[in-house]
Amino acid sequence: MTGLSLYALTGAGLTGLGLYGLIATRHLLRRVVAFNLLGSGVFLFLGAAAARGEGADPVPHALIITGIVVALSASALAVGLVVAQARLTGRATLPEEDTHGDDV
Amino acid sequence: MSALVAVLVLPLAGALAAVALPDRAARPAALMAVAGALAAALALVAVVAAGDVPRLRVGGWTPPVGIVLAGDGLAAAMVLMVALVIGTVAWVARSAMAAERVGARASFGFWPLTLLLWSALNVVFVSRDLFNLYVGIELLGLAAVGLVAIEGRPAALAAAMRYMVFALVGSLLYLAGVALVYAAHGALDMDLLAARTPAGTDALALALMTVGLMAKTALFPFHVWLPPAHAGAPAPASAMLSALVPKASFLIALRLWTEVMPDTASQAALTLIGALGTLAVVWGSLCALVQTRAKLIVAYSTVAEIGYLFVVFPLLPIAAGAWNGVVFLALSHGLAKAAMFLAVGQWMRAAGGDRLDDLRGMARAMPMTSFAFGLAAVTLAGLPPSGGFTGKYLVMTAAFTSGQWGWALVVLLGGLLTAAYLYRVIAALFAERAERVERAEPAGCAAAAQGRGAALAPFVLAGCAIALGLASAGLLDLVAVGRPAPIAGDTP
Repeated sequence: MTGLSLYALTGAGLTGLGLYGLIATRHLLRRVVAFNLLGSGVFLFLGAAAARGEGADPVPHALIITGIVVALSASALAVGLVVAQARLTGRATLPEEDTHGDDV
Repeated sequence: MSALVAVLVLPLAGALAAVALPDRAARPAALMAVAGALAAALALVAVVAAGDVPRLRVGGWTPPVGIVLAGDGLAAAMVLMVALVIGTVAWVARSAMAAERVGARASFGFWPLTLLLWSALNVVFVSRDLFNLYVGIELLGLAAVGLVAIEGRPAALAAAMRYMVFALVGSLLYLAGVALVYAAHGALDMDLLAARTPAGTDALALALMTVGLMAKTALFPFHVWLPPAHAGAPAPASAMLSALVPKASFLIALRLWTEVMPDTASQAALTLIGALGTLAVVWGSLCALVQTRAKLIVAYSTVAEIGYLFVVFPLLPIAAGAWNGVVFLALSHGLAKAAMFLAVGQWMRAAGGDRLDDLRGMARAMPMTSFAFGLAAVTLAGLPPSGGFTGKYLVMTAAFTSGQWGWALVVLLGGLLTAAYLYRVIAALFAERAERVERAEPAGCAAAAQGRGAALAPFVLAGCAIALGLASAGLLDLVAVGRPAPIAGDTP
């Protein structure tokens, strides 16, 4: 059971790191990485949950694979947006909150 | 092919066709998919209205391994509302999103993204599996982000990026809750979970899922991404983003709290959700009052309207009518908000901008569009005989019969604020266009150029929102099909 706890705790740690990174970092590419870290933490926890009862439960594995595909597509779109924005504005950060409202 | 499958598959097939086919064939294929999906939605409603709840075990697998799709009354009503809105938006978009108007890139991207959005919405409405719902809202989020960024302007890209950060965090929080549920119960099917033996982690799981869904629905204090994202997109896209996308994550939250884990729903947690809803109503309305652009007024109005949907949560377990009321509010807001964005889009094309000053005199130049906006405003402010009135009436009755009259005051106050900020737009429409008489002519030309059909579109949607109130008995019968029995105190 200690191995399992290790998985679950690592998952929780990654989730915390990812969440912190998403909130605290400004560079958008770092945020995309943090999102992936957060996702990996959740998947790791889900993988540990597969060990319920005797033998491994295959359902969480299928869920994780699906989740990875979804996270990959989301990352691809996010990186695409970051690149497009960096090309247009020369910055890879979000403009300050007060800039909305003055674009026509 | 049953209607339940058709409402999922037809938009998806249309999206693929719109990407794969050469330019000339792409748009007809997309429009055919829109027509087909609209027909499928009507067929689904016909089946459900007859009292049947179509169920499908995907691939023949039974839960807990397999995924169940079910079209209950709530799902059917939502599917119908979405079909009406997207069908009308597609009608407008034939000319509004033409390549010569918005550029080849936006014109190409609009149709696949719209159809993908439609398919994802329907998936969320009919899925009975928590993980399948995760995939659904993620798909929905990606399509919605694409629609926000479709014009490729720096402001729109920034809005899309901010939206994406919130959407991704929201869906991962939801997923973390789903993982906890699976770890505790070994099942993700809603009906199996409703009959589960409660576990200690249920409250944490429900909290994680709810917070994630709140971020995706843009409930206060997670609303900051919404106004720039919804106001930055082209009008047909804004209409779908504002009217439909928040409803999907809201519907999951509603199902979680009333169907899946009503036993875990503590009154304190429900009151907290209601309090956040109250803040959203007040803050969204106050922000709408000080905006100078019509699109931003309409977008901030969505922040306030989302607040209403959550204000009802504390009443759900104690008053039977509250559930009907919130469903009415969600449906009528969807129709009215889409009508408003389409109307603002038509004024923008005629006047060249959406500042309130640009809209002066529009009541004379474009009376049909202005009338539609007025009808939609009647619904949002909750005046009879609209669907918004029926919703608010049901909610307030529920609040008074259960002795929770504080929530009824919020609904009343919100109605007053709505009337105040929408009055600013309507006052501008009727104002004299003193110094800019020469622009009345182009306005008339633009109205003629876009064709009578497209000009009628906001009116059709606003009319549907009013009809919702007039035909409320039929709708109540529809949403009652397969509705979970009111929990806790089912006596009012």
